[in-house]
Amino acid sequence: MGVAIEVKALNAWYGATHTLQDIELHIPANHATALIGPSGCGKSTFVRCLNRMHETNPIARVTGSVKIGDLDIYNDISPVEIRRRVGMVFQRPNPFPTMSIYDNVCSGLKLNGYRNRRELDEIVERSLRSAALWDEVRDDLKKKSGASLSGGQQQRMCIARALAVDPEVLLMDEPASALDPVSTSKIEDLIFQLKSQYTIVIVTHNMQQAARVAEKTGFFLNGRLVEFDSTHKIFTNPTDKRTEDYITGRFG
Amino acid sequence: MKPNLDLRSLWRTAKDRIATGLAILATLLVVAPLVAIFFYLIYKGASSLNWAFFTEIPKPEGEVGGGMANAIVGSAVILAVASFFGIPIGIGGGIYLAEFGRGTKLANAVRFTADVLNGVPSIVMGIAAYSLIVMPMHHFSSFAGGVALGIMMIPTVTRTTEEMLLMVPHSVREAALGLGVPNWRSVISITLKTASPGVITGCMLAFARVAGETAPLLFTALGNQFWSVSLNHEVSALPLQIYNYAISPYDDQHRQAWAGSLVLIALIVIAVSLVRFFTSRGTLKGAS
Repeated sequence: MGVAIEVKALNAWYGATHTLQDIELHIPANHATALIGPSGCGKSTFVRCLNRMHETNPIARVTGSVKIGDLDIYNDISPVEIRRRVGMVFQRPNPFPTMSIYDNVCSGLKLNGYRNRRELDEIVERSLRSAALWDEVRDDLKKKSGASLSGGQQQRMCIARALAVDPEVLLMDEPASALDPVSTSKIEDLIFQLKSQYTIVIVTHNMQQAARVAEKTGFFLNGRLVEFDSTHKIFTNPTDKRTEDYITGRFG
Repeated sequence: MKPNLDLRSLWRTAKDRIATGLAILATLLVVAPLVAIFFYLIYKGASSLNWAFFTEIPKPEGEVGGGMANAIVGSAVILAVASFFGIPIGIGGGIYLAEFGRGTKLANAVRFTADVLNGVPSIVMGIAAYSLIVMPMHHFSSFAGGVALGIMMIPTVTRTTEEMLLMVPHSVREAALGLGVPNWRSVISITLKTASPGVITGCMLAFARVAGETAPLLFTALGNQFWSVSLNHEVSALPLQIYNYAISPYDDQHRQAWAGSLVLIALIVIAVSLVRFFTSRGTLKGAS
């Protein structure tokens, strides 16, 4: 089951650049939350702070608190452990090129020492079914490399790979921006189904996409969270003038 | 005035042909020496190859016949020792440079040292191994020869490993870290594995290079007219035997030197091909 995320006074830097400033946000459990905003506004940095991927860059720094469920992820738990609870799907599909489809999907478990063959088989099938990819790949699970799939299939495989470790939260950083419309709509359908079991945070440049999949939407601008509200409110009657300007296409 | 397009396209086609021709010529020039050497070796050496060459040890000076069995085995022993030291240390160094030490002073120092080591004449490696291993042990040994060659392998293996690891896309590392895989595990099981074809090529290049080295063996492994596979004694090696026979006054030994050169090259090609065959098995359809 998904858990809620509570962000307090979050600040992040890349070297001297202050990329996120005083972010306060409550992301509800088992819902999809969209983050929109122009390029470079800090939304990607923000999701990378939610699983501590931000700090894998040696010049990056972060302050403030992020609670996922009952856990303060910057104090109670190691970065490696939190990433098992908070899965991530990246902008471009990033399969492990040397691994089969099967090994890609269960890589998170195998690389952490999980060896039970029968259970792995079950988890792989369940994850691929959840990612709506099972029927397309079931016959060459162990024969084909993950890199041999099409871009849209690769991205769904990456989603299956993230689901296989059974996370509570799924972060998606523009998961469909490198995909064609058909693959995009498959990913969106998927988000719709997955949010009953996971808390989903999705970064997107595509406002229609935010409107289609998310109950809540946050608008980022210049490293600040300008407005956070129900998606309906953001797109029909935003409180802040800057949000309105962005939504209506007056800038960005 | 309208430019004459026909003439232009004719000139372009001509330029294209010329460039293609030059590229083919350059390719031939690259391959020609290799082919020439190989055929000359076959021409000079093949006639002296017989069963005895592979099974017998050298005959005493002046006697006709005998073989290089002890040198072939000795080379194998020395190269095994060299690979045992050179490959793990080299790969470890490459991993450090690419994954852990990026941008640090130590890494820059290691990289610089490796490049300098790569340029050190091989005979100097022999002297180093002589003073570090042969002198304290008070005798020559295949172990000392193996260490000398192993040290020579390190810089090549380190630098190719580093370069191959750096070619693995950042997104692949992120994928592993994002799944909650510890960094060390991700480096070994994901990054190194993804880079492994290139890393193996680097190891094979280093192996093939030292397999033909003579100078570092002159005062480490020394050479031996008799059987020895011990790590603790002087052994014969193909390059040493070739060297000794090539400068001897006997025609039969000259012929054997040619045959030994042919066998040395053939064995290197076979060893490299075998490694390639066994490491490329299990590659999946569409794997990049």
